[in-house]
Amino acid sequence: MTLAARLAQRGREVGTLLGLVALCLLLSALSPHFLTVSNLLNVMEQTSINAVIAVGMTYVIISGGIDLSVGSLLALAGVLLASGLASGLPPAVAIPLGLLAGAAGGLANGLLVTWGRLPPFIATLGMMSVARGAALLYTEGRPISGFEPGFRVLATGRLLLVPVPVVAAAVVYLVAHFVLTRTRFGRYVYAIGGNPEAARLSGVPVRFHQTMVYALSGVTSGLAAVLLTARLNSAQPIAGIMYELDAIAATVIGGTSLMGGSGTLGGTLIGALIMGVLRNGLNLLGISSFLQQIVIGCVIIVAVLVDSALKRPGR
Amino acid sequence: MEVPPAVTMQGIRKAFPGVVALDGVDFDVRRGEVHVLLGENGAGKSTLMKVLSGATAKDAGEIRLDGRLVEIEGPRHAQSLGIRTIYQELTLIPQLSAAENIFLGKEPVLGAGVIDRARLHRDAQGLLGELRVDIDPRDKVSALGIAQQQMVEVAKALSSEPRLLVMDEPTSALTEREIEQLFATIERLTAKGVGVVYISHRLEEVARVGQRVSVLRDGRHVATHRVGEVSVPELIRLMANRDLTEHYPKRRVPRGPEVLRVEGLSRGRVIRDVSLTLHRGEVLGIAGLLGAGRTELARAILGADPHESGRVWIKGEEVRVRGPADAFRRGLGLLPEDRKTQGLVLGLSVRGNAALPSARRLSRLGVVDAARERALARKWVEELRIKTAGIEQEVSRLSGGNQQKVVLAKWLAADVDVLFMDEPTRGIDVGAKVEIYELMNRLTAQGAGIVMISSELPELLGMSDRILVMYQGRVQALLAAEDATQENVLRAALGHSA
Repeated sequence: MTLAARLAQRGREVGTLLGLVALCLLLSALSPHFLTVSNLLNVMEQTSINAVIAVGMTYVIISGGIDLSVGSLLALAGVLLASGLASGLPPAVAIPLGLLAGAAGGLANGLLVTWGRLPPFIATLGMMSVARGAALLYTEGRPISGFEPGFRVLATGRLLLVPVPVVAAAVVYLVAHFVLTRTRFGRYVYAIGGNPEAARLSGVPVRFHQTMVYALSGVTSGLAAVLLTARLNSAQPIAGIMYELDAIAATVIGGTSLMGGSGTLGGTLIGALIMGVLRNGLNLLGISSFLQQIVIGCVIIVAVLVDSALKRPGR
Repeated sequence: MEVPPAVTMQGIRKAFPGVVALDGVDFDVRRGEVHVLLGENGAGKSTLMKVLSGATAKDAGEIRLDGRLVEIEGPRHAQSLGIRTIYQELTLIPQLSAAENIFLGKEPVLGAGVIDRARLHRDAQGLLGELRVDIDPRDKVSALGIAQQQMVEVAKALSSEPRLLVMDEPTSALTEREIEQLFATIERLTAKGVGVVYISHRLEEVARVGQRVSVLRDGRHVATHRVGEVSVPELIRLMANRDLTEHYPKRRVPRGPEVLRVEGLSRGRVIRDVSLTLHRGEVLGIAGLLGAGRTELARAILGADPHESGRVWIKGEEVRVRGPADAFRRGLGLLPEDRKTQGLVLGLSVRGNAALPSARRLSRLGVVDAARERALARKWVEELRIKTAGIEQEVSRLSGGNQQKVVLAKWLAADVDVLFMDEPTRGIDVGAKVEIYELMNRLTAQGAGIVMISSELPELLGMSDRILVMYQGRVQALLAAEDATQENVLRAALGHSA
């Protein structure tokens, strides 16, 4: 394949990246506080949680599904993790517990979709409510706090000046990107989203991989719960409300098609950064949070409009 | 001792709701042999091969591989048994590259599920090179032409050494040069002892590739011959020769003025320069094989798909149909091929469906007059003898025949001038079929014209006034009812002159 063809395949990612760069240039012209090392690190830190959730979301959407339960699973994983920490479990035990909770919720989603044959929208909508209710029930609606100081390193620590949550998100992206592009599992995610019947006839174990995709999304929700709990130094049963929409927005701005079969994690990362930069910039400019919602909504719509206009055949 | 065949299928039965697709079929393929499988649309060829490749579960019957009884559990199992299939509809994932498609489900791995990309591309290159096709294995399938995609599909089937290769119309999109490559490949495989099942509608290919030929008709095995012992006309007779026991209650009415005229309609490779006329009181049958462009023709005339060139006159006036809604306003109606996905709103009641195209007429300021709607629905339920618990019954609960009558009621209620009927009696029991035919009579008696697309030759011959036969998007023949026989219609549908 020629270099030009390779670039054309990467075109969508490059386009989104240019959008991000343009946004950054605009904001640095409008505000002297934007283009500083501390602010940029701050943006990345704030983006890390949504970016991690969006990893699982991207897998799910490429496979042709949707996961509305990520925010609630985050809350459930968070309170379980926090109650473990508060009762004296070391982080090395409590953290896997939180991840496991996310994985279990995701696995249930997957089984409902594959064996229960429920539309992913319905299965995860139900899970969204069930997990939220479970988190509220478990905590009786109260936040949990009071952890050993060592746990906070996950939020406040720095590795060579880079905040730990940013490092964690970067590692998640590198691993998830490798799995998506280089392994059999990743290949099957695309195949199932592209044409499930063709995948089945080609001998792909469709149900198993579909189930695993939802479990993976639960795990990334659990990871995000760890980061959020460390940052807030407490776990709230009402944490993560509307996070599913941010994750879907990042994925879609990043060029992943809701029809399934195509998309990249690089795109999703850029999409999450666009959302983060936009929020940060609008804050720096002192724009009201009400107006911010309108701006962010418009950006999502315009990004997808441009995308579908470019994809239309015979352009 | 005699060597057992590569595969033996015995007494294979498969029924779908409303239709028996395979009724005790026997079939076998020897090692190193190409066995051609022939039959009309719906004869059961593809279903038989889907049973063999694990895509569809059989209801009854036995399958033996090299004499050993096997129970095929699914596509993956069939592949592990060495059965590879090239399906009629391409089973490629457009977003993946050629190499990724070729090895989908059996990627070479370095370990821990990590794909060995160097080997993947090298092996894909090797396979494509063997087929002498010039495709970069890294190209996305969506960027390839249809013929190239078909060759990728062939490469995919050959990616692991098959014991048995099933090819369902592999040449339909290939050029002569590619067909030659494919046949050379088949020869190489059979020399190694691979058995091949070859399904095709191109009868001239039978003698070119096959050693034996079997004919299916209506889900039954009719004959197996050695190639060379049987002529092409004989094969056509075997495929077509059904018992004409069914009764067609055709009533001819005097032909009225022209109601539809189409000239030089073309759309890509799908419809090529088609012209036709339809008069009031007339049924124009459209025959042709799957993919001949019949449904596409109807969709283009109705404006559901765009066409590049061609002119259309409705009731003597030249029109540009802007879309289905526009077509319906001008008096055209469609009874679609798949009533469940295209003809009915399954969640709606009989009333809601029957009144749908008439909603504009039945409403004032956008509010539907419920009393008039109910009256209309009741009238048609009664007149068409639709068996339903009432007009508020959801149509999804009705039988196939009664659902089809509801679709018809939609258009009878809307007073159409031209009704396109695409496979109007598919999956419907005999009694309901006759009622549908009676309704066609009634429409023509009222002065409507009908265009009937059907894969059932006896039905076309029984109900049409004229039959237009399509082949590869073109009009291959136009026959008056008196001159049409099963044989000459099928001959034209296969691309020979009628």
